[in-house]
Amino acid sequence: MSTRTLISPAQLARPRGKALYWVAFALVVVLFTLAFLGPLYWMVTSGLKTTQEAVQTPPTWVPGSVHAENYKRAWEVMDLAKLLMNTLYYAFGALAFQLVLDVAAAYSLSKLRPVLGKMILGLMLATLMIPATVLVVPQYLTALDVPIVERNLLNSPWAIWLPSVTNAFNIFLLKRFFDSIPKELLDAASMDGAGPLRVLWSIVLPVSRPILGVVSIFAVVGVWKDFLWPMLVLPDPSKQTLAVGIYSLATSVPENVLIASLTIASLPTLILFLIFQRNIMSGLTAGGLKG
Amino acid sequence: MSAPTLTKDPAVKDRRPRKPRTRAPHLPDGGFGKTLRRNLTAHGFLIGAVLCFAFFSWYPIVREFLLAFQKTEDGDVSWVGWDNFVTVWNDPAFGQAWRNTLWFTVLALLLGFVVPFVTALIINEFRHGQGYLRLLVYLPVMLPPTASVLLFKYLYDPGYGMFNEILGVFGVPAQQWLQDPDTAMLSVVVASTWMNMGGATLIYLAALQGVPGELYEAAELDGAGLFRKVWHVTVPQTRLILLLMLLMQIIATMQVFIEPFLLTGGAGPEGSTTTVVYLIYQYAFNFNNYGAAAALGLVLLVLLAGFSAVYTKLNRADQD
Repeated sequence: MSTRTLISPAQLARPRGKALYWVAFALVVVLFTLAFLGPLYWMVTSGLKTTQEAVQTPPTWVPGSVHAENYKRAWEVMDLAKLLMNTLYYAFGALAFQLVLDVAAAYSLSKLRPVLGKMILGLMLATLMIPATVLVVPQYLTALDVPIVERNLLNSPWAIWLPSVTNAFNIFLLKRFFDSIPKELLDAASMDGAGPLRVLWSIVLPVSRPILGVVSIFAVVGVWKDFLWPMLVLPDPSKQTLAVGIYSLATSVPENVLIASLTIASLPTLILFLIFQRNIMSGLTAGGLKG
Repeated sequence: MSAPTLTKDPAVKDRRPRKPRTRAPHLPDGGFGKTLRRNLTAHGFLIGAVLCFAFFSWYPIVREFLLAFQKTEDGDVSWVGWDNFVTVWNDPAFGQAWRNTLWFTVLALLLGFVVPFVTALIINEFRHGQGYLRLLVYLPVMLPPTASVLLFKYLYDPGYGMFNEILGVFGVPAQQWLQDPDTAMLSVVVASTWMNMGGATLIYLAALQGVPGELYEAAELDGAGLFRKVWHVTVPQTRLILLLMLLMQIIATMQVFIEPFLLTGGAGPEGSTTTVVYLIYQYAFNFNNYGAAAALGLVLLVLLAGFSAVYTKLNRADQD
């Protein structure tokens, strides 16, 4: 028994309270299941219907006949293998960039403390106050022609990877975690002659596994869920992500095939969530929102 | 996904005493060469991230301000003063986009702010199945928005959509949903709430665990019923979180784009779902008028920066 809540335990202990509790509980479980799993159930089953059945009025709750080949058709017609591989490539590339560059930056700001480090951190955190959508236009123009190096990043994975590093929230989370690592531990390693890189690799990273896990999951999910930016910088259909590719093909395939493809596109992040739900949920509050 | 939050840096307190030891060159283990080398190493670790920020964050912020006062024609850039702002102001879609965005924000606050809080209150009351209910609520957050939005497009279909079917069970006549200017925005908000409420619900749940039980007991002694307990105990006790989430919700909903873009093609019936960000998108990527897009973006930026500043200040105050 944890803390007491709105309804008093005494009230709940009475037979009437008990009965009410279980009725309410059953009702809420059914309602929530319908509200949150219902649409997903409809998505999976409509992907199994024939095209006529998928768009018939009134709609059917259970497919009249099962057509698993819709999923195969979606896979082939929409070239989902290609889109899936693209998305994986962008997502894990972005993860690698974020892990290397953001961890290095957070480590430097937390433990090496360079001149102007505070100001740099402040400038990074300040970007959190700028509404992201406002920056889409100038960011797009930058990707179109990166200043100084004069490169066009359109249709290149760099257009996804490099901006993903500018995640001030990740850097902040990592820095806060690194700050909590006792100084004595690092000093002892330095005494033994370990350089900063060695200290990072052998001491900081091993103890930071939980936060690295959280940051990694959010990095991958972030790329998987993104829509506007990849739509702008990856106009070539063969380079697109799953989310953008499905949108651009939406009008050219039959409904049941499209719905099947939605299911396929949703599966990877759903599976990731079911495996790592504890990390994800704790990561949510790791930002420090407390009551 | 919940938006980033700023908390007090735990290292702030212990930073001061550390400074002289590692920084001052006159200390025995110091020396100018050593300080320089240490700084070079530290900056070496920073440089990758700093360059990414410079190119994809800091420079675009500066450029947003410049673009708003420039016009680009065939690659030639000229300064045009406030012309872009005048263009945007005189666009008939400007007023409508702001009205729609405010309407969306109001609806999203009624639904997207209240629903997760009530959901958290309900889940928190149960001694069983909390894990399952939490999992359910967070599930949609993990779907790619393209998938959930297109899914809702089918569910809303006036002919074969499930929503009309379900309403029919209760004897409610079929609705046009997205095709009716009166219900289009509400439909967009319902979809948006379903997609995004998971993060807020979990944060409220965490906050509810912090409400001391004795306060409820005291309220009961004073004869408070369920609603009065919520209003006089739960709400004041979680006031700061509620306020922070409210601000975050306002900041997020004012930037709504993908839901109307995918559900109604952006503008919707009679422009009923044209939002400010959709208008920015149109200026930039349909009309190639980057100046007007930047001008409109700047207006939004200034407005939301106010909310952001309050948010950051409150969050800092909370942590101290």
